[in-house]
Amino acid sequence: MRPEVDEVKKPKQSALEVAVLVSVGRHPVTGRARRADQDARGVELALTLDEARVTLLHAGALDEQSEGALRGYLGMGLPALTLIEQPQGADVLDALAGTLGDARPQLVIAGERAEQGEGSGMLPYLLAERLGWPLVGGLAAVEKVEDGVATLLQALPRGQRRRLQVRLPAIVTVDAAASAARQSAFGPARRGAIETEAAAMTWDEAMPEWKVSPARKRPKRLKIVKATSARERFKAAAAKAEGGGGQVLTDATPEQGAEAIFKLLKEEGVLR
Amino acid sequence: MLDALLPILIFSALALAVIGAVRRIRLWRQGRPSPVPVIQGLAAMPRRYLVDLHHVVARDKVMSNTHVATAGGFVAAAVLMILVHGLGFANPLLGGLLLAASALMFVGSLFVARRRRNPPARLSRGPWMRLPKSLMAFSLSVFLLTLPTVGVLPEGTGSGILALALAAVLVWGLGEMVFGMTWGGPMKHAFAGALHLAFHRRPERFGEGKRSTGLKALDLNDPKAPLGVETPSDFTWNQLLGFDACVQCGRCEAACPAFAAGQPLNPKKLIQDMVVGMAGGSDAHYAGSPYPGKPVGEHAGDPHGPIVAREGTALVDAETLWSCTTCRACVEECPMMIEHVDAIVDMRRFLTLEHGNTPGKGAEVLDNLIATDNPGGFDPGSRLHWAADLNLPLMRDVGQVDVLLWLGDGVFDMRNQRTLRALVKVLRAAEVDFAVLGNEERDSGDVARRLGDEATFQSLARRNIATLSQYRFQHIVTCDPHSFHVLGNEYGALGGVYEVRHHSTYIAELFEAGRLHFAPWKGGTVTYHDPCYLGRYNGEYEAPRNVLRALGIEVAEMARSGFRSRCCGGGGGAPITDIPGKQRIPDMRMNDVKETGAELVAVGCPQCTAMLEGVVDASAEVRDIAELVADALVERPAHSGHDSARDPQPVAEARSVVKEVTP
Repeated sequence: MRPEVDEVKKPKQSALEVAVLVSVGRHPVTGRARRADQDARGVELALTLDEARVTLLHAGALDEQSEGALRGYLGMGLPALTLIEQPQGADVLDALAGTLGDARPQLVIAGERAEQGEGSGMLPYLLAERLGWPLVGGLAAVEKVEDGVATLLQALPRGQRRRLQVRLPAIVTVDAAASAARQSAFGPARRGAIETEAAAMTWDEAMPEWKVSPARKRPKRLKIVKATSARERFKAAAAKAEGGGGQVLTDATPEQGAEAIFKLLKEEGVLR
Repeated sequence: MLDALLPILIFSALALAVIGAVRRIRLWRQGRPSPVPVIQGLAAMPRRYLVDLHHVVARDKVMSNTHVATAGGFVAAAVLMILVHGLGFANPLLGGLLLAASALMFVGSLFVARRRRNPPARLSRGPWMRLPKSLMAFSLSVFLLTLPTVGVLPEGTGSGILALALAAVLVWGLGEMVFGMTWGGPMKHAFAGALHLAFHRRPERFGEGKRSTGLKALDLNDPKAPLGVETPSDFTWNQLLGFDACVQCGRCEAACPAFAAGQPLNPKKLIQDMVVGMAGGSDAHYAGSPYPGKPVGEHAGDPHGPIVAREGTALVDAETLWSCTTCRACVEECPMMIEHVDAIVDMRRFLTLEHGNTPGKGAEVLDNLIATDNPGGFDPGSRLHWAADLNLPLMRDVGQVDVLLWLGDGVFDMRNQRTLRALVKVLRAAEVDFAVLGNEERDSGDVARRLGDEATFQSLARRNIATLSQYRFQHIVTCDPHSFHVLGNEYGALGGVYEVRHHSTYIAELFEAGRLHFAPWKGGTVTYHDPCYLGRYNGEYEAPRNVLRALGIEVAEMARSGFRSRCCGGGGGAPITDIPGKQRIPDMRMNDVKETGAELVAVGCPQCTAMLEGVVDASAEVRDIAELVADALVERPAHSGHDSARDPQPVAEARSVVKEVTP
């Protein structure tokens, strides 16, 4: 958008600009701050890309706990992390959208959802909407990037993969299907710089009104297997857990789509 | 003619040796600084050589006598030769002494030659094979050249072709023994070895019964201090000096469990590789056993180049470093007092702290230690679940006790929980005033430290020290020798000084004091496996045997026991990094057990229990000493009881009766 930014970028066109959004994670057993698993997988994905210039972005506050967690990402071998300073209780969407809009990386990688806080998984979608970039979820790998088009491998359930092409810039999210993050080493983590950037701040109006309580384990959906032979048991185990219903709509108008969704929600008892 | 020639030969050899020494010292000084008391060290050197070093050499009587004759003869002959032939003090007394010294040296060299005829695999060949000939050349030529001096042969004999030939042999001898001492060659060990003893990095290990086994702490507060060793020049200068002192006798190789298992580690080769790296070059000239599965000649390095490459090969492969179980068998056997384990952990530190390249499950275990304070990733709030019915007193409640029982991470392991229950039963039977930290306890940091993660070790250690500082206790008792070693020998550098005892030591004391009574042993033959971290690390060989004796057990010792005990394979994070070999270390150890014909092997370490019990088709049962003791407990004799109403208790009811006593 801004001419001076474009001028700076032009000489480095060969390098792929990648921004990874990282958050402060929470260990599932002890609740200690750590590098979030999915975000760390995102960093791993970025580090395995050829000729990529990787920047780490975190929007939040810097304190003793979060610094330890953020340095966990630096320990993977990156020299610096950009911290967009946001106080507790801020909606980081505006700040992130502003920074990404200015920096215009070609690829933004994020974890599917945060390990603490709202953890709704909405942030990448809202960012994509705000920036007008395409979003691909559940990424397993980036196969190649050529002429501003990335070939991606998307993970589907049961080990299936779908190859997609997307025009950059784009936002991709990774979940547990992506390769595990490399070990975080103490030396690079300690040396890495946390570069603070000020940014506009918007309060999250809704958040204070919410009541937060510990999650309960959700009951599992029962899967009734009526197999009598080993072969049938195997088939049942390997089969997709499908509702059976459902339909694929192609070339549907938005109205038709909305109607189908509305119908499904009624059937499932979500809407009454 | 010889009267003129000999002083020239002797003094030119000495001059060349001095130049060589300066070169060699400059190689060592490439290392990082490490202050040593120079005068004190040099003054202590003869004693360290004659007592401490000789104590190790004397484990092989023939070799020790050979060395005394050869080395003693050489030192005396060299000094006298300078006096007699160099400076011309040609009186018959000095000449006679010189004859005796060179004759003694010649006899020694005959034994060296005999040993070199069919050398065992652990000995290096190459230049070492010519050493007996060089020794003979020196001693014989000196002997013959001295004969005219004492008048056995007429003065005139020292001329003509014969004398020239003799002088040529002497040049060979001087070349090997004086010039070679500082320019490299087998005799380098004498020069480097003497200085290594004087400037040893662990001076506290010398002396009767002394040992120094705790790893040295890294300075993590200084961001510029290097994290471990990346290049040969990152070692301290006296570590480099120590490597250079190696005589390639291969005693370490013969003792190393990883080498025997076919894992790619040979302590002797590792030390030689460090020498190659210090001087720069390739390992092609190495003439001993290679790392199993790794041909010689493919690795090279230089003083300022990486020891382990991120990709490809450099001086040493990472898996060589990760094969070590830190059992210290090599250090215990080394007659040159070289510290192999320090060097390996130094290099591991760099791999973990800078490369982030801990193999196998290493990264996962370290992450667990950081996030949950235990290597298994268990909920730290569940540390006492195994003892839900035991009503263990907590330090938090009592504040002050005689004995703080350190449970270790075995609390999460169902096998070790049986040991812990047995130990609690024993302590209660002896009416010991004890308590546990419960959920306040954390991993001692042993595994993190051996895996090179000094940062996590220090974090765990500091928090444990802070917890311990809140309470008052006489001493810590633990059934885990790894915790024992770390708490007792390694926390001190971080400000935590405790008196720690292994449970076998403590049980032996309780028995001595008459607080425990055992039924006679009715089982079969028993052998005892010395845990490395109890024996070699802490010198406790007797207490476990005393306890077994008190139980009425006569221990059928394994061929390798006591300070020569073979590792179970469970130390140093080796089960976590899991470097493949040809066979498993615990299988070899269980074979040792089988050779004794024992039906039961007594152990004193949760790691050893786990490793040895993991052996398939084992011939012997694995029981911890605490379990054997708990099984043998009987009521005390009636007269010693002070509470007759509930004191005499049948074994079977012991637990329930004891339970009532607990507040």
